[in-house]
Amino acid sequence: MNDVLKWLTDGAHWRGGEGIPLRLGEHLLYSGLALLVAAVLAVPLGLWVGHTGRGRYLAVNVSGGLRAVPSLGLLFAAIMLLGPRLSGEAGVFIPSELVLVVLAVPPILAGAYAGVEQVDAAARDAARGMGMRGWQVLWQVEVPNAMPLVISGLRSAALQVVATATLAATVGLGGLGRFLIDGLSVRDYAQMAGGAVLVAALALLVDLLGATLQRLVVSPGVTGQTGRSTARTRRGGRLRLALRS
Amino acid sequence: MIRFEGATKTFPDGTVAVGGLDLLAATGSITVLVGPSGCGKTTSLRMVNRMIEPTGGRIMIDDRDTASMDAAQLRRGIGYVIQHAGLFPHRTIVDNIATVPRLLGWDRSTTRNRALELIERVGLPASFAGRYPHQLSGGQQQRVGVARALAADPPVMLMDEPFSAVDPVVREQLQEEFLRLQSELGKTILFVTHDIDEAVKLGDQVAVLRVGGVLAQVADPATLLRDPVDDFVADFAGRDRGYRGLGFRPAPSLTPRSEPAVTLGTSPEEVRRSGNAWVLVVDDDRRPLGWVEPARVTEPVATDRLHRGGTVARLDGSSRAILDAALSSPSGRGVVVDDDGCLLGTVTSAEVVAALQSPPGPDSSGQP
Ligand SMILES: Nc1ncnc2c1ncn2[C@@H]1O[C@H](COP(=O)(O)OP(=O)(O)OP(=O)(O)O)[C@@H](O)[C@H]1O
Ligand SMILES: [Mg+2]
Repeated sequence: MNDVLKWLTDGAHWRGGEGIPLRLGEHLLYSGLALLVAAVLAVPLGLWVGHTGRGRYLAVNVSGGLRAVPSLGLLFAAIMLLGPRLSGEAGVFIPSELVLVVLAVPPILAGAYAGVEQVDAAARDAARGMGMRGWQVLWQVEVPNAMPLVISGLRSAALQVVATATLAATVGLGGLGRFLIDGLSVRDYAQMAGGAVLVAALALLVDLLGATLQRLVVSPGVTGQTGRSTARTRRGGRLRLALRS
Repeated sequence: MIRFEGATKTFPDGTVAVGGLDLLAATGSITVLVGPSGCGKTTSLRMVNRMIEPTGGRIMIDDRDTASMDAAQLRRGIGYVIQHAGLFPHRTIVDNIATVPRLLGWDRSTTRNRALELIERVGLPASFAGRYPHQLSGGQQQRVGVARALAADPPVMLMDEPFSAVDPVVREQLQEEFLRLQSELGKTILFVTHDIDEAVKLGDQVAVLRVGGVLAQVADPATLLRDPVDDFVADFAGRDRGYRGLGFRPAPSLTPRSEPAVTLGTSPEEVRRSGNAWVLVVDDDRRPLGWVEPARVTEPVATDRLHRGGTVARLDGSSRAILDAALSSPSGRGVVVDDDGCLLGTVTSAEVVAALQSPPGPDSSGQP
C-alpha cells in the first residue's frame, strides 16, 4: 500500500513522455471519442424508438446482444480484420475505439428509449391534443422528461468506457492501461496498483461530472418526482463493475 | 357549434365504438355525453379534435368539416382537458398554461400575463405560478388543466371526465367554479362523464349514449329526468330521478306562514312563550341562524346551542330546494328567505307537495 502511494507521489512519474499526465490525456481522448461517437449514434436512435414505438424489439435485442460481446475478443478480431487494411497506428486505434463504442451503445440506447417510453401517457396525449406536432411532442415534452434516464445511460456508458479503455494498452496504444501492462511485464506491482487507482479515480471524476450535468439539464419538476433512486442504484452497480476491471 | 353527422368509428379490430352519431352541440352551451363504460364517449369526443380519425360520417365545427383542416391547427383552436390533467412535469404551472399561446407564436409578455391571469381565474393563488405540477394536489392540477385549455381563448372546449379523479368534496367545488367560469365565458363545450348526477348538474343538454356509440336520448336535464324515452335511459337516470328532477322545476307558488322567531340572548321564559316544540332563532337582521328546543333551554339562547340541520330556500328557487328545506328542518317547517337571506316565513313539506300536485298555474313562478 505504501509502495503504491510512493509510486503515485513520485514526481518523476508525473513528468515526461511517459508520465501520468500524458497517459491520462490519452485515456481521456480514447474514452471521450468513443463516448461521443456512441452518443451521436445511440441517443437519436433511442429517442426515435421511444417516440414511435417502432423498432423497439430490435433495439432491445441488439443492445442485449452487444452487451454480451467480450471486449477483448472483439478487440483482437477487429485488429485481425481491420488492421491489414489500415496503415500504422490507425490499425490498432480504430479497432480499439470500435470496441469502446460497442460497449457504450447499449446503455445509451436503452436509457434513451426507456426514458421516452416512461413519459406520462396523459402528458403526451395532452401535448398532441393541444396541437403539438410529432417533433414538438418529442422535443418539448418527451426529451425533457426522458433526460434523467438518458443521462443515466450516458453515465453508465462513460464508466464502462473509462474502465475498459485500459485495453488499448494491450495492443500497443497509450492510456492509463500502460501502467498495468508495463508494470506486469517488469513485475512492478506498485505501478500496476497505481495505474488501477488512477483509473478508478478518473471513473469517479467522470461520474461526478455526469451528476453535475444531470443537475444542470434536468428540470426540478422531473427529478422531484421520479427516477432518483433507480438512477443511483444503477450507477452504484456500474461503479463496482468499473472498479473490478 | 359542433355537429356530428353520422360520425362513425370502427377500430381496426372490428370494434364499432361509435355507430353513426348525429348530435348538435350548440354554441355557447354545455353538451354532456353520458353513458355506461365503453359506450364510446371518449371516442366521440376525440373524433372532434381528430385525436381519433372517424371512419365514417363528418364532424363539423361552425360549418367547417374538421377533416378538411390541418389536425394540429385544428387542435390549437380547441381547448382539451383530460381526466388526469396530463400536465407537463418538467414545466412550471405558468409555463404549462402558456403551452398553446406559445405554439401559436404569441409574444412573451402577452403569453405570461395571460397565463398569470388564468391562474387566478381558476381559483389558484398567484404564488403557484413557479411551482411544478408534482407540488400540486390532484384538484389543483385539474384546475391548471382547465386554465391551460383556456389559455388561447378557444371557442370550443372538449373535456373528458375532468373531475372524476378527485374526491367528492373537491369535485363539487370544481363543478361550481366550472359553471361560474362558463357563465362568464360562454364557450361551446362538449363534456364527457359517466356520472348522471354530474351530467344533469352541468349540462344545458344531455346526450345519453348506449354501448356501440348510439344516441339513446338527447334532452335538457329536466326533460331527461322527467321523461326518459326508454328503459335504458330510465335505468341510467337512476332511482330517485323524480326527486332530483324537482331541482329543475321552479318552486310552486306558496305563501309562507309567518314564523315567530327569537334572537340570540333571549331568556328561556321568552323562548317558551310560543308553545311550539321548536323555535327559530334569527340574528339582528332577521337572518335565520338555527332552531332551539324550548323544553331544553335553561339559559339565554347562545350560538352553540343551535340546531343547524335545516336548509333554507327561496321562493324563486327550485322545488327541490324548498321541499328539502321542509324535510331537513327539525321542526318540519322549512325556512323561506328573501333575496337578502332574511326570514319570510316557513312552509311544511305537506304544503309543498300539495302545491306540486296541483296543476301549475299560468307561469306561476320562475320569474325573477
Ligand atoms: N384503440 C382501440 N382499439 C379497439 N377498440 C377500442 C380502442 N379504443 C377504444 N376501443 C373500444 O371502443 C369502445 C368505446 O371506447 P371509449 O373509450 O370511447 O369508451 P367510453 O365511453 O369513453 O368508456 P369509459 O366511460 O370507460 O371511459 C370500447 O368498447 C373500447 O373497448
Ligand atoms: Mg372514456
